[in-house]
Amino acid sequence: MQKLIEQALAGNQRAIARLITRVENSEEMAETAVSALYPHTGRAHIVGITGSPGSGKSTLVNELAKALRKRDQLVGIVAVDPSSPFTGGALLGDRVRMRDLSGDKGIFIRSMASRGSLGGLARATSAVIKVLDAAGYDTILVETVGAGQAEVDIASTAHTTLVIEAPGMGDDIQSIKAGILEIADILVVNKADHPGASRTVRSLKTMLQLGQGMSVRHHGRLMHVRAVSPNGNEGAWKVPVQETVAVKGEGIEALLDTVLAHKAHLQATGEWLEREKVRSRQEMEQLLQARLMARLEMKVPAEEQMALITAVAERKIDPYTAVSQLFTLISSH
Amino acid sequence: MEGSHKPRILIAKPGLDGHDRGAKVVARALRDAGMEVIYTGLRQTPEMVVEAALQEDVDAIGLSILSGAHMPLVARIMELLAEHDMLDVPVFLGGIIPNDDVPKLKEMGVKEVFGPGASMEEIVKFIWEAVGAKAD
Ligand SMILES: Nc1nc2c(ncn2[C@@H]2O[C@H](COP(=O)(O)OP(=O)(O)OP(=O)(O)O)[C@@H](O)[C@H]2O)c(=O)[nH]1
Ligand SMILES: [Mg+2]
Repeated sequence: MQKLIEQALAGNQRAIARLITRVENSEEMAETAVSALYPHTGRAHIVGITGSPGSGKSTLVNELAKALRKRDQLVGIVAVDPSSPFTGGALLGDRVRMRDLSGDKGIFIRSMASRGSLGGLARATSAVIKVLDAAGYDTILVETVGAGQAEVDIASTAHTTLVIEAPGMGDDIQSIKAGILEIADILVVNKADHPGASRTVRSLKTMLQLGQGMSVRHHGRLMHVRAVSPNGNEGAWKVPVQETVAVKGEGIEALLDTVLAHKAHLQATGEWLEREKVRSRQEMEQLLQARLMARLEMKVPAEEQMALITAVAERKIDPYTAVSQLFTLISSH
Repeated sequence: MEGSHKPRILIAKPGLDGHDRGAKVVARALRDAGMEVIYTGLRQTPEMVVEAALQEDVDAIGLSILSGAHMPLVARIMELLAEHDMLDVPVFLGGIIPNDDVPKLKEMGVKEVFGPGASMEEIVKFIWEAVGAKAD
Protein backbone atom coordinates (compact mmCIF):
# COMPACT_ATOMS: atom_id res chain seq x y z
CA MET A 1 0.00 0.00 0.00
CA GLN A 2 2.80 2.42 0.94
CA LYS A 3 4.56 1.70 -2.33
CA LEU A 4 1.32 2.16 -4.26
CA ILE A 5 0.83 5.55 -2.61
CA GLU A 6 4.35 6.65 -3.49
CA GLN A 7 3.96 5.56 -7.10
CA ALA A 8 0.58 7.27 -7.35
CA LEU A 9 2.09 10.48 -6.00
CA ALA A 10 4.71 10.22 -8.73
CA GLY A 11 1.91 10.08 -11.29
CA ASN A 12 2.13 6.40 -12.26
CA GLN A 13 -1.23 5.62 -13.89
CA ARG A 14 -1.27 1.92 -13.02
CA ALA A 15 -0.65 2.74 -9.37
CA ILE A 16 -3.31 5.46 -9.42
CA ALA A 17 -5.80 3.00 -10.89
CA ARG A 18 -5.07 0.32 -8.32
CA LEU A 19 -5.15 2.75 -5.45
CA ILE A 20 -8.55 3.99 -6.61
CA THR A 21 -9.90 0.43 -6.60
CA ARG A 22 -8.77 -0.09 -3.03
CA VAL A 23 -10.14 3.24 -1.88
CA GLU A 24 -13.43 2.40 -3.55
CA ASN A 25 -13.71 -1.04 -2.02
CA SER A 26 -12.61 -0.55 1.53
CA GLU A 27 -13.22 2.12 4.11
CA GLU A 28 -9.96 1.17 5.85
CA MET A 29 -7.92 1.51 2.68
CA ALA A 30 -9.60 4.86 2.02
CA GLU A 31 -8.57 6.00 5.48
CA THR A 32 -4.96 4.92 5.00
CA ALA A 33 -4.73 6.40 1.53
CA VAL A 34 -6.44 9.70 2.29
CA SER A 35 -4.37 10.25 5.44
CA ALA A 36 -1.18 9.76 3.45
CA LEU A 37 -2.31 11.76 0.42
CA TYR A 38 -4.09 14.62 2.14
CA PRO A 39 -1.06 16.91 2.50
CA HIS A 40 -0.59 16.64 -1.27
CA THR A 41 -4.17 17.60 -2.10
CA GLY A 42 -5.90 20.95 -2.41
CA ARG A 43 -4.24 22.09 -5.61
CA ALA A 44 -6.74 20.79 -8.13
CA HIS A 45 -9.71 22.74 -9.45
CA ILE A 46 -12.67 20.40 -9.06
CA VAL A 47 -15.36 20.97 -11.66
CA GLY A 48 -18.72 19.19 -11.40
CA ILE A 49 -20.83 18.43 -14.45
CA THR A 50 -24.43 17.51 -13.72
CA GLY A 51 -27.71 17.47 -15.62
CA SER A 52 -30.46 15.27 -17.00
CA PRO A 53 -29.70 11.92 -18.64
CA GLY A 54 -28.57 12.39 -22.21
CA SER A 55 -28.12 16.16 -21.93
CA GLY A 56 -24.56 15.73 -23.18
CA LYS A 57 -22.47 15.65 -20.01
CA SER A 58 -19.92 13.11 -21.23
CA THR A 59 -19.60 14.76 -24.63
CA LEU A 60 -19.00 18.08 -22.90
CA VAL A 61 -16.43 16.54 -20.55
CA ASN A 62 -14.64 15.19 -23.62
CA GLU A 63 -14.54 18.66 -25.19
CA LEU A 64 -13.58 20.49 -22.00
CA ALA A 65 -10.76 18.02 -21.40
CA LYS A 66 -9.37 18.63 -24.88
CA ALA A 67 -9.56 22.40 -24.36
CA LEU A 68 -7.84 22.12 -20.98
CA ARG A 69 -5.05 20.04 -22.52
CA LYS A 70 -4.46 22.81 -25.07
CA ARG A 71 -3.87 25.06 -22.08
CA ASP A 72 -1.35 22.57 -20.70
CA GLN A 73 -3.48 21.35 -17.82
CA LEU A 74 -3.35 17.74 -16.63
CA VAL A 75 -6.92 16.48 -16.54
CA GLY A 76 -8.47 13.86 -14.29
CA ILE A 77 -11.99 12.66 -15.04
CA VAL A 78 -14.35 10.79 -12.72
CA ALA A 79 -17.60 9.67 -14.38
CA VAL A 80 -20.31 8.22 -12.14
CA ASP A 81 -23.13 6.03 -13.46
CA PRO A 82 -25.87 4.35 -11.42
CA SER A 83 -25.65 0.86 -9.94
CA SER A 84 -28.67 -1.36 -10.34
CA PRO A 85 -30.52 -1.41 -7.02
CA PHE A 86 -31.51 -5.01 -7.69
CA THR A 87 -28.28 -6.73 -8.68
CA GLY A 88 -25.65 -4.22 -7.58
CA GLY A 89 -24.18 -4.40 -11.07
CA ALA A 90 -23.61 -1.37 -13.26
CA LEU A 91 -23.09 -0.47 -16.89
CA LEU A 92 -20.55 2.34 -17.04
CA GLY A 93 -20.74 3.84 -20.51
CA ASP A 94 -19.42 7.38 -20.26
CA ARG A 95 -16.09 6.46 -21.89
CA VAL A 96 -17.92 5.88 -25.17
CA ARG A 97 -18.11 9.67 -25.59
CA MET A 98 -14.51 10.26 -24.52
CA ARG A 99 -12.63 8.33 -27.16
CA ASP A 100 -10.88 11.49 -28.41
CA LEU A 101 -8.97 11.53 -25.13
CA SER A 102 -7.26 8.19 -25.56
CA GLY A 103 -3.54 8.08 -26.05
CA ASP A 104 -2.99 11.27 -24.08
CA LYS A 105 -0.90 10.56 -21.00
CA GLY A 106 -1.99 13.86 -19.50
CA ILE A 107 -5.51 12.55 -19.01
CA PHE A 108 -6.79 9.94 -16.60
CA ILE A 109 -10.38 8.71 -16.87
CA ARG A 110 -12.09 6.62 -14.24
CA SER A 111 -15.65 5.29 -14.34
CA MET A 112 -17.41 4.73 -11.03
CA ALA A 113 -20.65 3.02 -10.08
CA SER A 114 -22.82 4.88 -7.58
CA ARG A 115 -23.15 1.72 -5.43
CA GLY A 116 -26.42 2.69 -3.84
CA SER A 117 -25.59 6.31 -3.03
CA LEU A 118 -28.24 8.81 -3.95
CA GLY A 119 -27.36 12.37 -4.81
CA GLY A 120 -25.44 11.66 -7.99
CA LEU A 121 -22.04 10.58 -6.68
CA ALA A 122 -20.68 7.42 -5.07
CA ARG A 123 -19.69 7.33 -1.41
CA ALA A 124 -16.03 7.02 -2.40
CA THR A 125 -16.04 9.73 -5.09
CA SER A 126 -14.47 12.38 -2.92
CA ALA A 127 -11.68 9.99 -1.89
CA VAL A 128 -11.06 9.13 -5.55
CA ILE A 129 -10.89 12.84 -6.37
CA LYS A 130 -8.23 13.18 -3.68
CA VAL A 131 -6.14 10.45 -5.25
CA LEU A 132 -6.21 12.31 -8.59
CA ASP A 133 -5.56 15.65 -6.91
CA ALA A 134 -2.53 14.28 -5.06
CA ALA A 135 -1.28 12.57 -8.23
CA GLY A 136 -0.95 16.01 -9.82
CA TYR A 137 -4.00 16.46 -12.04
CA ASP A 138 -4.66 20.20 -12.31
CA THR A 139 -8.34 20.04 -13.16
CA ILE A 140 -10.66 17.23 -12.15
CA LEU A 141 -13.91 16.94 -14.09
CA VAL A 142 -16.59 15.01 -12.21
CA GLU A 143 -19.61 13.80 -14.17
CA THR A 144 -22.54 12.88 -11.94
CA VAL A 145 -25.23 10.31 -12.50
CA GLY A 146 -27.90 11.87 -14.69
CA ALA A 147 -30.82 11.10 -12.43
CA GLY A 148 -32.98 13.95 -13.59
CA GLN A 149 -33.13 15.78 -10.31
CA ALA A 150 -30.81 18.27 -8.73
CA GLU A 151 -27.66 16.38 -7.83
CA VAL A 152 -26.90 18.25 -4.65
CA ASP A 153 -23.81 16.29 -3.58
CA ILE A 154 -21.78 17.69 -6.43
CA ALA A 155 -22.25 21.28 -5.20
CA SER A 156 -20.46 20.54 -1.97
CA THR A 157 -17.80 18.40 -3.68
CA ALA A 158 -16.84 20.67 -6.57
CA HIS A 159 -15.45 24.19 -6.60
CA THR A 160 -17.35 24.97 -9.77
CA THR A 161 -20.62 23.26 -10.71
CA LEU A 162 -21.92 23.21 -14.28
CA VAL A 163 -25.57 22.28 -14.73
CA ILE A 164 -26.26 21.05 -18.25
CA GLU A 165 -29.66 21.53 -19.82
CA ALA A 166 -30.76 20.54 -23.30
CA PRO A 167 -33.59 22.16 -25.24
CA GLY A 168 -36.94 20.49 -25.29
CA MET A 169 -36.68 18.84 -21.91
CA GLY A 170 -39.39 21.03 -20.44
CA ASP A 171 -38.55 24.67 -20.86
CA ASP A 172 -41.25 26.26 -18.74
CA ILE A 173 -40.11 27.95 -15.60
CA GLN A 174 -42.32 25.61 -13.61
CA SER A 175 -40.80 22.50 -15.09
CA ILE A 176 -37.18 23.52 -14.69
CA LYS A 177 -36.00 21.41 -11.86
CA ALA A 178 -35.95 22.91 -8.43
CA GLY A 179 -32.53 23.18 -6.91
CA ILE A 180 -30.69 24.18 -10.06
CA LEU A 181 -30.43 27.73 -8.89
CA GLU A 182 -28.79 26.67 -5.67
CA ILE A 183 -26.19 24.38 -7.18
CA ALA A 184 -25.29 25.91 -10.54
CA ASP A 185 -22.30 28.22 -10.83
CA ILE A 186 -22.67 28.08 -14.59
CA LEU A 187 -25.75 27.02 -16.53
CA VAL A 188 -25.02 25.39 -19.87
CA VAL A 189 -27.59 24.95 -22.60
CA ASN A 190 -26.04 22.19 -24.67
CA LYS A 191 -27.42 20.95 -27.99
CA ALA A 192 -27.79 24.56 -29.04
CA ASP A 193 -28.11 23.20 -32.58
CA HIS A 194 -31.58 21.92 -31.64
CA PRO A 195 -34.63 24.10 -32.17
CA GLY A 196 -35.83 25.79 -29.02
CA ALA A 197 -32.38 26.40 -27.56
CA SER A 198 -32.89 30.15 -27.34
CA ARG A 199 -36.21 29.56 -25.58
CA THR A 200 -34.43 27.41 -22.99
CA VAL A 201 -31.79 30.11 -22.54
CA ARG A 202 -34.49 32.73 -22.03
CA SER A 203 -36.37 30.59 -19.50
CA LEU A 204 -33.22 29.99 -17.52
CA LYS A 205 -32.30 33.67 -17.56
CA THR A 206 -35.77 34.62 -16.36
CA MET A 207 -35.55 32.08 -13.62
CA LEU A 208 -32.18 33.42 -12.54
CA GLN A 209 -33.56 36.96 -12.40
CA LEU A 210 -36.52 35.84 -10.31
CA GLY A 211 -34.18 33.94 -8.05
CA GLN A 212 -31.78 36.81 -7.56
CA GLY A 213 -33.81 38.64 -4.95
CA MET A 214 -34.93 35.44 -3.32
CA SER A 215 -33.45 34.31 -0.06
CA VAL A 216 -31.94 30.87 -0.14
CA ARG A 217 -31.39 30.84 3.55
CA HIS A 218 -33.95 28.17 4.25
CA HIS A 219 -32.38 25.54 2.08
CA GLY A 220 -30.42 24.02 4.88
CA ARG A 221 -26.89 23.07 4.12
CA LEU A 222 -26.90 24.61 0.69
CA MET A 223 -26.96 28.10 2.07
CA HIS A 224 -23.32 27.58 3.04
CA VAL A 225 -22.50 26.81 -0.57
CA ARG A 226 -24.09 30.04 -1.57
CA ALA A 227 -22.47 31.98 1.28
CA VAL A 228 -21.92 35.57 0.28
CA SER A 229 -18.38 36.70 -0.13
CA PRO A 230 -16.79 38.68 2.72
CA ASN A 231 -17.39 41.96 0.89
CA GLY A 232 -21.12 41.33 0.76
CA ASN A 233 -23.03 41.05 -2.48
CA GLU A 234 -20.59 43.44 -4.11
CA GLY A 235 -18.77 41.37 -6.74
CA ALA A 236 -20.94 38.33 -6.11
CA TRP A 237 -20.84 35.73 -8.87
CA LYS A 238 -23.62 36.15 -11.41
CA VAL A 239 -24.58 32.73 -12.76
CA PRO A 240 -24.12 32.92 -16.54
CA VAL A 241 -26.12 30.93 -19.09
CA GLN A 242 -23.96 29.64 -21.92
CA GLU A 243 -24.77 27.77 -25.11
CA THR A 244 -22.71 24.89 -26.47
CA VAL A 245 -22.89 22.32 -29.23
CA ALA A 246 -20.69 19.71 -27.63
CA VAL A 247 -20.79 17.29 -30.59
CA LYS A 248 -19.29 20.00 -32.79
CA GLY A 249 -17.02 21.50 -30.17
CA GLU A 250 -18.84 24.84 -30.38
CA GLY A 251 -18.88 27.24 -27.45
CA ILE A 252 -16.30 25.18 -25.58
CA GLU A 253 -13.49 27.76 -25.42
CA ALA A 254 -15.95 30.37 -24.16
CA LEU A 255 -17.29 27.92 -21.58
CA LEU A 256 -13.80 27.09 -20.40
CA ASP A 257 -13.03 30.80 -20.08
CA THR A 258 -16.06 31.11 -17.81
CA VAL A 259 -15.03 28.07 -15.76
CA LEU A 260 -11.61 29.62 -15.22
CA ALA A 261 -13.17 33.01 -14.46
CA HIS A 262 -15.23 31.32 -11.76
CA LYS A 263 -12.11 29.77 -10.30
CA ALA A 264 -10.41 33.18 -10.27
CA HIS A 265 -13.52 34.65 -8.65
CA LEU A 266 -13.47 32.03 -5.88
CA GLN A 267 -9.83 32.72 -5.19
CA ALA A 268 -10.16 36.51 -5.27
CA THR A 269 -13.15 36.62 -2.92
CA GLY A 270 -12.00 34.02 -0.43
CA GLU A 271 -14.92 31.82 -1.38
CA TRP A 272 -12.53 29.06 -2.40
CA LEU A 273 -11.73 28.50 1.25
CA GLU A 274 -15.40 28.81 2.18
CA ARG A 275 -16.23 26.01 -0.21
CA GLU A 276 -13.40 23.93 1.13
CA LYS A 277 -14.92 24.38 4.58
CA VAL A 278 -18.34 23.28 3.37
CA ARG A 279 -16.76 20.23 1.79
CA SER A 280 -14.71 19.43 4.86
CA ARG A 281 -17.72 19.76 7.12
CA GLN A 282 -19.80 17.47 4.95
CA GLU A 283 -17.01 14.95 4.72
CA MET A 284 -16.46 14.92 8.46
CA GLU A 285 -20.17 14.56 9.13
CA GLN A 286 -20.31 11.56 6.82
CA LEU A 287 -17.29 9.94 8.44
CA LEU A 288 -18.72 10.58 11.86
CA GLN A 289 -22.04 9.05 10.86
CA ALA A 290 -20.32 5.98 9.47
CA ARG A 291 -18.29 5.60 12.67
CA LEU A 292 -21.34 5.99 14.86
CA MET A 293 -23.20 3.36 12.88
CA ALA A 294 -20.24 1.01 13.03
CA ARG A 295 -20.02 1.51 16.76
CA LEU A 296 -23.74 0.89 17.11
CA GLU A 297 -23.35 -2.44 15.33
CA MET A 298 -20.43 -3.32 17.57
CA LYS A 299 -21.95 -2.27 20.88
CA VAL A 300 -25.60 -3.15 20.49
CA PRO A 301 -26.53 -6.65 19.25
CA ALA A 302 -29.08 -6.79 16.44
CA GLU A 303 -31.73 -8.40 18.68
CA GLU A 304 -31.40 -5.61 21.19
CA GLN A 305 -31.77 -3.01 18.44
CA MET A 306 -34.82 -4.85 17.16
CA ALA A 307 -36.35 -4.96 20.62
CA LEU A 308 -36.05 -1.18 20.88
CA ILE A 309 -37.43 -0.66 17.38
CA THR A 310 -40.40 -2.90 18.22
CA ALA A 311 -40.99 -1.06 21.48
CA VAL A 312 -41.11 2.24 19.59
CA ALA A 313 -43.42 0.79 16.93
CA GLU A 314 -45.75 -0.58 19.62
CA ARG A 315 -45.77 2.80 21.37
CA LYS A 316 -44.20 1.34 24.52
CA ILE A 317 -41.49 3.99 24.46
CA ASP A 318 -40.96 7.09 22.34
CA PRO A 319 -38.15 7.35 19.74
CA TYR A 320 -36.28 10.02 21.71
CA THR A 321 -36.04 7.80 24.77
CA ALA A 322 -34.99 4.87 22.58
CA VAL A 323 -32.19 6.87 20.99
CA SER A 324 -31.05 8.13 24.39
CA GLN A 325 -30.76 4.51 25.49
CA LEU A 326 -28.79 3.62 22.34
CA PHE A 327 -26.54 6.61 22.88
CA THR A 328 -25.76 5.51 26.43
CA LEU A 329 -24.93 2.04 25.13
CA ILE A 330 -22.61 3.20 22.37
CA SER A 331 -20.88 5.71 24.63
CA SER A 332 -20.00 3.07 27.20
CA HIS A 333 -16.53 1.62 27.15
CA MET B 1 -20.84 -0.23 4.90
CA GLU B 2 -19.44 -3.53 3.65
CA GLY B 3 -16.09 -3.63 1.89
CA SER B 4 -17.45 -4.97 -1.36
CA HIS B 5 -15.33 -6.00 -4.26
CA LYS B 6 -17.50 -5.93 -7.32
CA PRO B 7 -15.76 -7.46 -10.31
CA ARG B 8 -14.94 -4.78 -12.89
CA ILE B 9 -15.06 -5.99 -16.47
CA LEU B 10 -14.05 -4.11 -19.59
CA ILE B 11 -16.17 -4.93 -22.63
CA ALA B 12 -14.49 -3.60 -25.75
CA LYS B 13 -15.10 -3.81 -29.42
CA PRO B 14 -11.78 -3.58 -31.25
CA GLY B 15 -11.61 -3.50 -35.02
CA LEU B 16 -13.51 -1.81 -37.74
CA ASP B 17 -16.81 -3.68 -38.00
CA GLY B 18 -19.82 -1.65 -36.97
CA HIS B 19 -21.91 -4.09 -34.96
CA ASP B 20 -21.89 -3.87 -31.21
CA ARG B 21 -25.16 -5.64 -30.49
CA GLY B 22 -23.46 -8.78 -29.23
CA ALA B 23 -21.06 -6.80 -27.07
CA LYS B 24 -23.93 -4.84 -25.54
CA VAL B 25 -25.92 -7.98 -24.79
CA VAL B 26 -22.94 -9.46 -22.96
CA ALA B 27 -22.33 -6.17 -21.13
CA ARG B 28 -25.93 -6.12 -19.87
CA ALA B 29 -25.84 -9.78 -18.87
CA LEU B 30 -22.71 -9.19 -16.81
CA ARG B 31 -24.29 -6.14 -15.19
CA ASP B 32 -27.39 -8.18 -14.38
CA ALA B 33 -25.11 -10.77 -12.81
CA GLY B 34 -23.88 -8.06 -10.41
CA MET B 35 -20.67 -6.94 -12.09
CA GLU B 36 -19.50 -3.43 -12.91
CA VAL B 37 -19.06 -3.28 -16.65
CA ILE B 38 -17.06 -0.58 -18.39
CA TYR B 39 -18.32 -0.30 -21.92
CA THR B 40 -16.17 1.65 -24.38
CA GLY B 41 -18.05 1.42 -27.65
CA LEU B 42 -17.11 0.69 -31.23
CA ARG B 43 -13.84 0.80 -33.14
CA GLN B 44 -11.38 0.56 -30.31
CA THR B 45 -7.72 0.28 -31.16
CA PRO B 46 -5.62 -2.17 -29.10
CA GLU B 47 -4.01 0.88 -27.48
CA MET B 48 -7.42 2.20 -26.41
CA VAL B 49 -8.42 -1.19 -25.01
CA VAL B 50 -5.32 -1.54 -22.88
CA GLU B 51 -5.38 2.08 -21.75
CA ALA B 52 -8.98 1.69 -20.56
CA ALA B 53 -8.18 -1.62 -18.86
CA LEU B 54 -5.28 0.03 -17.05
CA GLN B 55 -7.09 3.19 -15.91
CA GLU B 56 -10.22 1.29 -14.91
CA ASP B 57 -8.16 -1.41 -13.15
CA VAL B 58 -10.41 -4.14 -14.47
CA ASP B 59 -10.46 -7.76 -13.34
CA ALA B 60 -11.12 -9.10 -16.83
CA ILE B 61 -11.28 -7.94 -20.44
CA GLY B 62 -13.96 -9.13 -22.84
CA LEU B 63 -13.35 -8.51 -26.54
CA SER B 64 -15.94 -8.81 -29.25
CA ILE B 65 -14.48 -9.18 -32.73
CA LEU B 66 -16.54 -9.89 -35.83
CA SER B 67 -14.27 -8.40 -38.45
CA GLY B 68 -12.07 -11.43 -38.95
CA ALA B 69 -9.06 -9.46 -37.79
CA HIS B 70 -8.92 -11.22 -34.41
CA MET B 71 -5.43 -12.64 -34.83
CA PRO B 72 -3.50 -9.36 -35.29
CA LEU B 73 -5.78 -7.47 -32.86
CA VAL B 74 -5.39 -10.01 -30.08
CA ALA B 75 -1.66 -10.31 -30.71
CA ARG B 76 -1.21 -6.57 -30.32
CA ILE B 77 -3.45 -6.40 -27.23
CA MET B 78 -1.51 -9.20 -25.53
CA GLU B 79 1.75 -7.46 -26.42
CA LEU B 80 0.55 -4.21 -24.84
CA LEU B 81 -0.75 -6.03 -21.76
CA ALA B 82 2.66 -7.63 -21.36
CA GLU B 83 4.32 -4.24 -21.72
CA HIS B 84 2.23 -2.91 -18.83
CA ASP B 85 2.76 -6.03 -16.75
CA MET B 86 -0.95 -6.80 -16.97
CA LEU B 87 -0.93 -10.39 -18.18
CA ASP B 88 -2.65 -11.43 -14.97
CA VAL B 89 -5.86 -9.85 -16.29
CA PRO B 90 -7.83 -12.62 -18.03
CA VAL B 91 -8.91 -11.92 -21.62
CA PHE B 92 -12.06 -13.39 -23.17
CA LEU B 93 -13.01 -13.32 -26.77
CA GLY B 94 -16.39 -13.48 -28.44
CA GLY B 95 -17.55 -13.17 -32.01
CA ILE B 96 -17.02 -15.11 -35.18
CA ILE B 97 -13.81 -17.05 -34.71
CA PRO B 98 -12.90 -20.04 -36.91
CA ASN B 99 -12.29 -23.21 -34.87
CA ASP B 100 -8.74 -23.51 -36.17
CA ASP B 101 -7.78 -20.18 -34.64
CA VAL B 102 -8.97 -21.04 -31.13
CA PRO B 103 -5.89 -23.02 -30.03
CA LYS B 104 -3.61 -20.32 -31.43
CA LEU B 105 -5.50 -17.63 -29.57
CA LYS B 106 -5.28 -19.61 -26.34
CA GLU B 107 -1.58 -20.02 -26.87
CA MET B 108 -1.35 -16.23 -27.15
CA GLY B 109 -2.92 -16.03 -23.70
CA VAL B 110 -6.66 -15.74 -24.35
CA LYS B 111 -8.47 -17.48 -21.53
CA GLU B 112 -11.58 -18.54 -23.43
CA VAL B 113 -13.23 -18.06 -26.79
CA PHE B 114 -17.02 -17.93 -27.03
CA GLY B 115 -18.60 -18.59 -30.40
CA PRO B 116 -22.01 -17.38 -31.57
CA GLY B 117 -23.55 -20.51 -30.04
CA ALA B 118 -22.34 -19.86 -26.50
CA SER B 119 -25.14 -19.25 -24.00
CA MET B 120 -25.14 -16.15 -21.86
CA GLU B 121 -25.22 -18.30 -18.70
CA GLU B 122 -22.09 -20.05 -19.85
CA ILE B 123 -20.27 -16.75 -20.46
CA VAL B 124 -21.35 -15.22 -17.16
CA LYS B 125 -20.42 -18.33 -15.21
CA PHE B 126 -17.00 -18.54 -16.84
CA ILE B 127 -16.18 -14.91 -16.12
CA TRP B 128 -17.39 -15.13 -12.52
CA GLU B 129 -15.10 -18.08 -11.98
CA ALA B 130 -12.14 -16.42 -13.65
CA VAL B 131 -12.40 -13.23 -11.61
CA GLY B 132 -13.50 -15.03 -8.45
CA ALA B 133 -10.23 -16.90 -8.52
CA LYS B 134 -8.42 -13.61 -8.78
CA ALA B 135 -10.31 -11.51 -6.23
CA ASP B 136 -8.44 -11.04 -2.90
N1 LIG C 1 -27.35 17.42 -31.56
C1 LIG C 1 -26.52 17.35 -30.51
N2 LIG C 1 -26.34 16.17 -29.90
C2 LIG C 1 -25.51 16.12 -28.84
C3 LIG C 1 -24.82 17.26 -28.37
N3 LIG C 1 -24.07 16.90 -27.30
C4 LIG C 1 -24.28 15.58 -27.11
N4 LIG C 1 -25.14 15.09 -28.05
C5 LIG C 1 -25.61 13.70 -28.18
O1 LIG C 1 -26.48 13.40 -27.11
C6 LIG C 1 -26.35 12.04 -26.74
C7 LIG C 1 -26.05 11.90 -25.25
O2 LIG C 1 -24.79 12.47 -24.99
P1 LIG C 1 -23.92 12.09 -23.72
O3 LIG C 1 -22.71 12.93 -23.73
O4 LIG C 1 -23.74 10.62 -23.64
O5 LIG C 1 -24.92 12.55 -22.57
P2 LIG C 1 -24.80 12.33 -20.99
O6 LIG C 1 -25.46 13.48 -20.35
O7 LIG C 1 -23.40 12.07 -20.63
O8 LIG C 1 -25.67 11.01 -20.80
P3 LIG C 1 -25.75 10.08 -19.48
O9 LIG C 1 -24.36 9.93 -18.94
O10 LIG C 1 -26.32 8.81 -20.01
O11 LIG C 1 -26.69 10.78 -18.53
C8 LIG C 1 -25.27 11.46 -27.62
O12 LIG C 1 -25.87 10.81 -28.70
C9 LIG C 1 -24.51 12.69 -28.09
O13 LIG C 1 -23.88 12.50 -29.33
C10 LIG C 1 -25.02 18.50 -29.06
O14 LIG C 1 -24.48 19.54 -28.72
N5 LIG C 1 -25.89 18.48 -30.11
MG1 LIG D 1 -22.56 10.43 -19.58
